[in-house]
Amino acid sequence: MKEEKILLSHGSGGRLSHDLIKKLFLPNFVNDKLSKLDDGAILKTPGTKLAYSTDSYTVDPLFFPGGNIGLLAVYGTVNDLAMCGAKPLYLSCSLIIEEGFPLSDLEEIVLSMKKACSIARVDIVTGDTKVVNRGNADKIFINTSGIGVVKRGVNTSGSNAQVGDLIILNGPIGNHGIAILSAREGLNFETTIQSDLAPLNGLVNEILKYSSDIHVLRDPTRGGLATTLNEIAQSSRVEVEIEEEKIPLEEEVRAACELLGYDPLYLANEGKLVTFVSPHVAPILLEEMRKNEYGINSKIIGKVVKKSEGLVYLRTSIGGKRVVDMLTGEQLPRIC
Amino acid sequence: MKYIDEYRSKTLAKNILNQINLISYQPVNLMEVCGTHTVSIFRNGLRKILPLHINLISGPGCPVCVTPVRYIDEIIAFSRKKEFIVTTFGDMLRVPGSTSSLEKEKAKGADIRMVYSPLDALKIAQNNPEKKIIFAGVGFETTIPTIASTILKADKEKIKNFFVLSMGKLIPPAMKSLLESKEIKINGFLCPGHVSTIIGSKPYQSIASQYHVPCVISGFEPVDILQSIYLLLQQLKNNQAEVIIQYSRAVKPEGNEIALSKMKEVFITVDSDWRGIGNIPQSGLEINDNFFRFNARALESDIEIEETLEFKNCRCGEVLKGIITPLQCPLFKKICTPENPLGACMVSSEGSCSAYYKYN
Ligand code: SF4
Repeated sequence: MKEEKILLSHGSGGRLSHDLIKKLFLPNFVNDKLSKLDDGAILKTPGTKLAYSTDSYTVDPLFFPGGNIGLLAVYGTVNDLAMCGAKPLYLSCSLIIEEGFPLSDLEEIVLSMKKACSIARVDIVTGDTKVVNRGNADKIFINTSGIGVVKRGVNTSGSNAQVGDLIILNGPIGNHGIAILSAREGLNFETTIQSDLAPLNGLVNEILKYSSDIHVLRDPTRGGLATTLNEIAQSSRVEVEIEEEKIPLEEEVRAACELLGYDPLYLANEGKLVTFVSPHVAPILLEEMRKNEYGINSKIIGKVVKKSEGLVYLRTSIGGKRVVDMLTGEQLPRIC
Repeated sequence: MKYIDEYRSKTLAKNILNQINLISYQPVNLMEVCGTHTVSIFRNGLRKILPLHINLISGPGCPVCVTPVRYIDEIIAFSRKKEFIVTTFGDMLRVPGSTSSLEKEKAKGADIRMVYSPLDALKIAQNNPEKKIIFAGVGFETTIPTIASTILKADKEKIKNFFVLSMGKLIPPAMKSLLESKEIKINGFLCPGHVSTIIGSKPYQSIASQYHVPCVISGFEPVDILQSIYLLLQQLKNNQAEVIIQYSRAVKPEGNEIALSKMKEVFITVDSDWRGIGNIPQSGLEINDNFFRFNARALESDIEIEETLEFKNCRCGEVLKGIITPLQCPLFKKICTPENPLGACMVSSEGSCSAYYKYN
């Protein structure tokens, strides 16, 4: 690592974050569970397999169209557990609050978390609160960890993609990323776009009825669909090809992307998942997924073409073809 | 915003491609001046579907890429002093200066804040009356009117702690300078869509007539770009050199008069340094005497700017002029990557090197 200091890019979920994980965390915390680099760890205990996952949530602004940091903290960890093929059960919740933070905002966040827990059917069973001096944290940070039970016969992992697999996405991408941007000051664009923030454990439950044919389950959050597909392609050492035309995208998100110069493939999602499945179950699975409220717009967006070093290609809507790389740094609005 | 779809239609694209194939058989060099076009060409895989003899050259149209090292050093020098808060567009954070970058200074503790608009910087000034706020005013004709409006607002609201370090640049003089230098043969220009919504089509007129090079102001969707390429080829075939607005849904011949008048009110045209290219006469904008109190250069006695160290091996200059593609730079991808950028063209999302890295 050449840089002497941690830069913001180290936390962006892109290549620098990966470097940090591969060069600092993995070699020091070496064990077979961590090294899979899935959304959570799978722990074998007598009789059951447990999934264990954690995430810290910081978001600016705390309240955004379609959600807030509280909902995000619950659904985010619920979804990470679901992506391990687990039924989420229990969460922990740690709050780091900046001195002076309005109590009414905290109440609103906590009420949202309560609502989210009841929708996702999980309980917050342990927690902690720290208050730090003004200026030592930005308003509020939330960490949640979660435990879930992995269903029998489930064996999904980012390193499990097979040649021939079809890739299903459960709906339009980029809404969360654009919703957050639209709520930030200074970006003068009006939009009605709402975050797609949603608990995906119900949908995953449907998908796992076909568990022997489900090879990968991932939620393309930070870094977007492009980064998630790259992670899967690299862990599974396969070449992935997706088709631009097939990727669901709302008109307004596309328009905002045009305005800002963003690539929707790199925008964050909080209610999306991709699953890599055996081709023969794809049609029926698609039908099942579309019956779930968070899967109505599910689509097959591409396939695993062959074994390779781990590359992702996109067939563009006008017939071109290009590489899709991981996100490096943050996406920034164009200034030209 | 349904209309965008028609500019992404496969059938339409195919039709235009057929027409292009019908009228074009000679090698031509067409320059897309603007970084947003470069990115769109890559994102849509246009190079792969165009006939090989149509050579698309990426031009100097990325404001971050053409910002000289000395300017980055100036901004860094401000950020090193406690009395200043530096505000900047995000793309500038990682551009290498002589020995550091804003991102590195920020990690060391400098108060550097990313903003999406100069108006945010003004707000920061209002909220921090004990500090002086420097806005790094880079940009082309697209961004400059907003900077002008912000200065006018600061003036009206009598804000005393807001300063702009202007690095505004003008596109048409750069295009002329490329043609003058004769380092590369350009047969036609795809002119920037966003810049042209402000300046209109007139500023390109003299390029078309004096140098006999056709210009087409193009939109950013794939069909826009293909259509614009066709319009250039058609002119070349008929030996014409005119300015055509393909992006007529956004660009009017006279441009945006309100924006232009604000620019005029606040700025004067000056000679300006372009990274890697050098000094181009009358290609930059400086705050005029009426608004001198907002000019950060008036505060330069308070700071120490380090000696300029140009990184000799970076070939951004030639890349920006379209003389080489990033693939011909020996450092490309080997040493220079988006995580460890050696030149500005690798930093900015609209820079040619970064586009080649990401999409090629
Ligand atoms: S690849 Fe890097 S070093 Fe080479 S020209 Fe581009 S920015 Fe400069």
